[in-house]
Amino acid sequence: MVEFLQHLINGLSLGSIYALIALGYTMVFGILQLINFAHGDVYMLGAFIGMYTARAFHYGQSSSLSSLLVTMAFSMIGCALIGFMIERFAYRPLRRSPRINVLITAVGVSLFLEFSGQLLFGSDPKFFPQIYTPAGDWSIGQLRINPLQVIVFGISITLMTILQYIIFRTRLGRAMRAVSFSHDLASLMGIPTDQVIAYTFMLGSALAGAAGVMVGLTYPKIEPLMGVMPGLKAFVAAVLGGIGNVTGAVVGAIVLGLAEELLVGYWAPTYRDALAFAILILILLFKPTGLFGVRRTEKV
Amino acid sequence: MKFNIQSQVQKFSTNRVLVTIALATLVAVGGACKKSQTSAMNAASDVIRVGEVGSMTGQEATFGISTHQGIELAFKQINAAGGVKGKKLELISLDDQGKPEEAATATTKLITQNGITALLGEVASSRSLAMAPIAQNSKVPMITPSSTNPKVTEQGDYIFRVCFIDPFQGTVMAKFARENLKFSKIAILRDVKNDYSVGLANYFSETFKKMGGEIVVDQSYSAGDIDFKSQLTSIRAKKPEGIFVPGYYTEVGLIARQAHDLGVTAPLLGGDGWDSPKLTEIGGTAINGSYFSNHYTPEDKSPQVQSFIAKYKEAYGSIADGEAAMGYDAALILADAMNRAKSLEGADLRDAIAATKNYQAVTGKITIDQNRNAVKSAVVIKVDGGQLKYQTTINP
Repeated sequence: MVEFLQHLINGLSLGSIYALIALGYTMVFGILQLINFAHGDVYMLGAFIGMYTARAFHYGQSSSLSSLLVTMAFSMIGCALIGFMIERFAYRPLRRSPRINVLITAVGVSLFLEFSGQLLFGSDPKFFPQIYTPAGDWSIGQLRINPLQVIVFGISITLMTILQYIIFRTRLGRAMRAVSFSHDLASLMGIPTDQVIAYTFMLGSALAGAAGVMVGLTYPKIEPLMGVMPGLKAFVAAVLGGIGNVTGAVVGAIVLGLAEELLVGYWAPTYRDALAFAILILILLFKPTGLFGVRRTEKV
Repeated sequence: MKFNIQSQVQKFSTNRVLVTIALATLVAVGGACKKSQTSAMNAASDVIRVGEVGSMTGQEATFGISTHQGIELAFKQINAAGGVKGKKLELISLDDQGKPEEAATATTKLITQNGITALLGEVASSRSLAMAPIAQNSKVPMITPSSTNPKVTEQGDYIFRVCFIDPFQGTVMAKFARENLKFSKIAILRDVKNDYSVGLANYFSETFKKMGGEIVVDQSYSAGDIDFKSQLTSIRAKKPEGIFVPGYYTEVGLIARQAHDLGVTAPLLGGDGWDSPKLTEIGGTAINGSYFSNHYTPEDKSPQVQSFIAKYKEAYGSIADGEAAMGYDAALILADAMNRAKSLEGADLRDAIAATKNYQAVTGKITIDQNRNAVKSAVVIKVDGGQLKYQTTINP
């Protein structure tokens, strides 16, 4: 029983990280019907920006919550700028071209970021400075909860709530939903679609940046290819929840995190990565709209 | 309009054909030039070219860099002392980025384009396994400094190593756990993507059981994973006295951290794949109290080891790790064999390396046995307060 509960806790903390990455995928897809494969690499850049920020401020020596928040702020701003540039220079020029062109470009951007990362940072794994290590740990009998896990989970939930607020309670959010409904109609209504799309990319990338820092803190080994697998898995999570659906992405990610932990813990550790893709295939076969997706009629 | 487009397409494709032909010609001419150049240089050369393949970048970059520095230091010393058979040694190093397929390409390139006499490399068994068949087919003797998987030298009679092999390393840790630490219940956490890790885990398990111990659980992960909590949670439930993790330092550091978070107090045990300055950096305080087997220890007081460490520090500013010492030894053994060999032809050089006996190297007295493996002792090292402390020596 204790073992099972421990697996659940581990799964939740892993799932909340996937959720932050999955949100970026789902938002961009919702608005552009584009799978932004470079998203996982933005998350990697987030971790590296966090590392350099922490080093620049010498946060490694002293640990405090404020240094974590400052590092995260830098990383989120940095990633938002990167997201903006990716959209501006790689995707916007292709706005009117067939969707497959943009998809291939996304793969190109992803590889570009991965290998520039190797060139820039070197491809050996780097140690992420321990900017915040809450003292002690909470244990209930055999059950261990690392306070860091709780804080990471708390920050993820807070960020997701803020995002939910932006999407459903602000003018920008309304514009985003309008653009997602129809580009042409939205621009006829006077919504600056290009601007709204740019904001969407920035928001999604900022979340990925935050995820990068939090992963760096909990798993302090970062390297330029670290975004590939989590990126793909977050994509699966987004599809599982119904791509384009924000709540769906969060639920999908948590389900995936839990499923992974339980599979590894009780059955076959080596199938960890296979599980995500098995889920992807099953979902696409039996419920292509995902758990929360709504079937949209194709517009002719 | 339609006609226009077509003519454009045609024009485009004609252009492309032209460019392709031009490129092909260039490549052919360039290749020919290079080839004749190499053979000309070989004929009148006063250098002996030795190839090296290593992971200078990539996940296990510290392995490649340390080995390279060890080899480089040895070559400098040999050349300063007059070289081999009156010729200077020239080292040509290629990076394989830690990928077996790149290691194979680099080997082919060194042999066909650079015309090397002998080959040194790799650290990782999976990459040495990719290189060995190529060296064997071209009859170029190859010495791997620290690939411990038995399959490597089984690839053919031109493949040697100057380190011990996995059965021995697995046995050493099993003996150490059973006899020195008096453990009877051990859990195993192996990297299934890695020939080296699987080999060590198998031999450890076999010996440990033979000595009356029990393997309570055998879990696995894949290199590149960052989350090991679920495996560790399952391991924790079985209450082992120690956990054998024969992986590489990149994952071991994270495993130690997560084990600590989960309240696992059992020490981790491992092999020479742990040997890197990054181990204690990534593992932090969580890795303290763990043990691993290695080829040598900088704490060895013998004058030869101390002079090697001093010269290494002078050249590179750091304490030589095990990989650096193994690279150094591989280069020394190669040079020694070249001196003894009748000629530098593949077969003569092979026989000379095979005849190496009781060569006093930095990592111990090395004798090459009939399976082309080195017979030598291993040391067990304890991680203590971020420092690597010599624990004991275990003989074959």
